[in-house]
Amino acid sequence: MGKKSVIPFGPQHPVLPEPIHLDLVVEDEVVEEAIPNIGFIHRGLEGLAEKKDFNEMVYVAERTCGICSFGHGMGYCEAVEKLMNVEVPERAKYLRTIWMEFSRMHSHLLWLGLTADAFGFESLFYECWRIREWVLDIMEKTTGGRIIFSVNQVGGVHRDLDEDQIRFMKGELDRIERDLKNCEKTLFEDATVQKRTRGIGVLSKQQIHDLGAVGPFARASGLKYDMRMTGYEAYGNLDFEPVISDEGDCYARILVRTKEIYQSIRLIRQALDQMPAGELSVPVKGMPKGEAMVRVEQPRGEAVYYVNGENTRFLNRFRIRTPTFANLPGLCQMLQGANYADVGILVVSIDPCISCTER
Amino acid sequence: MGIMTFRNTMLANLFKKPVTTKYPAEPIDYPEGSRGHIEIEIEKCISCMLCAKNCPSGAITVDRKEGSWEINRMDCIQCGYCTMKCPKKCLHIVPGYTAPDGVKQVDRFVRPPETMKPAAKPAAAPKPAEEKKPEAAQKAADAVKTEETKQN
Repeated sequence: MGKKSVIPFGPQHPVLPEPIHLDLVVEDEVVEEAIPNIGFIHRGLEGLAEKKDFNEMVYVAERTCGICSFGHGMGYCEAVEKLMNVEVPERAKYLRTIWMEFSRMHSHLLWLGLTADAFGFESLFYECWRIREWVLDIMEKTTGGRIIFSVNQVGGVHRDLDEDQIRFMKGELDRIERDLKNCEKTLFEDATVQKRTRGIGVLSKQQIHDLGAVGPFARASGLKYDMRMTGYEAYGNLDFEPVISDEGDCYARILVRTKEIYQSIRLIRQALDQMPAGELSVPVKGMPKGEAMVRVEQPRGEAVYYVNGENTRFLNRFRIRTPTFANLPGLCQMLQGANYADVGILVVSIDPCISCTER
Repeated sequence: MGIMTFRNTMLANLFKKPVTTKYPAEPIDYPEGSRGHIEIEIEKCISCMLCAKNCPSGAITVDRKEGSWEINRMDCIQCGYCTMKCPKKCLHIVPGYTAPDGVKQVDRFVRPPETMKPAAKPAAAPKPAEEKKPEAAQKAADAVKTEETKQN
């Protein structure tokens, strides 16, 4: 038996896209315990809600995170709309759903690239990010922003899609689907990918449930838990089933996220076909009073938005519970008993978004 | 389980053009409607200060007395909220991002004196072209003025 030692992992580490620190208690290359430590990029965004007008706050809320920014803006708007009893027009609901699914596609493609990078498959990493670039181009052409869309407002959306843009979106979706099929062969079947991911970080359905994990991380262990099933925005009118896998290892997480990109493509096509004509937004009267809470399915899982107002133009309290925060206990559980060489891929497998977590 | 499943993609990529461009050496085409930076038609501005009050990052400064409108390009988050709030619709968000810089770049626009008091001068007077004075140039001009005052 070797001597126990503590290895600091992060906040600067090649596999980490964002700063998280883990103290790994290691004995003979096997991790015995992992102690997470966050707080490197706290920006006090929630506190700004007390100083910014509730309409201005949309732009601050969507800057919570650079990857799931649209979801944060939408979650905030939904919470304020619920608080003020505003009914968003149908077309705006569909537009939000379409942009949210594009946001999910770009987030998952980013993650697939980072995962390929974490197990040392550089070419696959570039291939995934090449496809992601097309998603970003679609978003820039339709919303004006590549990452931060700034199209949400309390009561609806700012921008509309015209016929040319819809045709362009459909054409690009075909191209994305075709190229992703090509990558999928490597992601699902390649021996090098399977050697690094099969049987690594296995969590059972019961464990995932007990640890309170959310999103694709939970669905990869067989937990059928997807907030989109609650039917917020236009999801209630679209036909889909959550993607789940029973294996619960890193391979299953790649599988679930890749299949979710196809699911997003199908959802966008459905939404584009069903989208009704009409208004983009409704005028919002009065000030927020009372409290409201909404749950939204972000690319990384369920995010909870809580707002509290006291009939002034500033919110009294704004709170976000982010998916990565819910997945951290699951990560610590996975790391116990893992090989030190697998720590990188295990940390990446929960799709950590520390900017969201620290706000 | 397969081996070398990526081989065909890799070989095909050898005979394709690079996906990336040599930006900034090669110019880039921004799509229509891209949110790059804010532009102002200063002669239409009425210094109502709604843009400055509503800017989420506080990047805009308006001086009513001087008729000036300033924007800190590095603080601006390109949300376009000011363009929605402007009652005269003289603010526009146009494609083209602000270039990176070592110092915070502040652009200052001063309304031409002819448009300062529309009641005093009839609308028949021709409107002069937009005047743009970067902060550095403005500071230099101010410094010269101060020196002149001292000498006097």
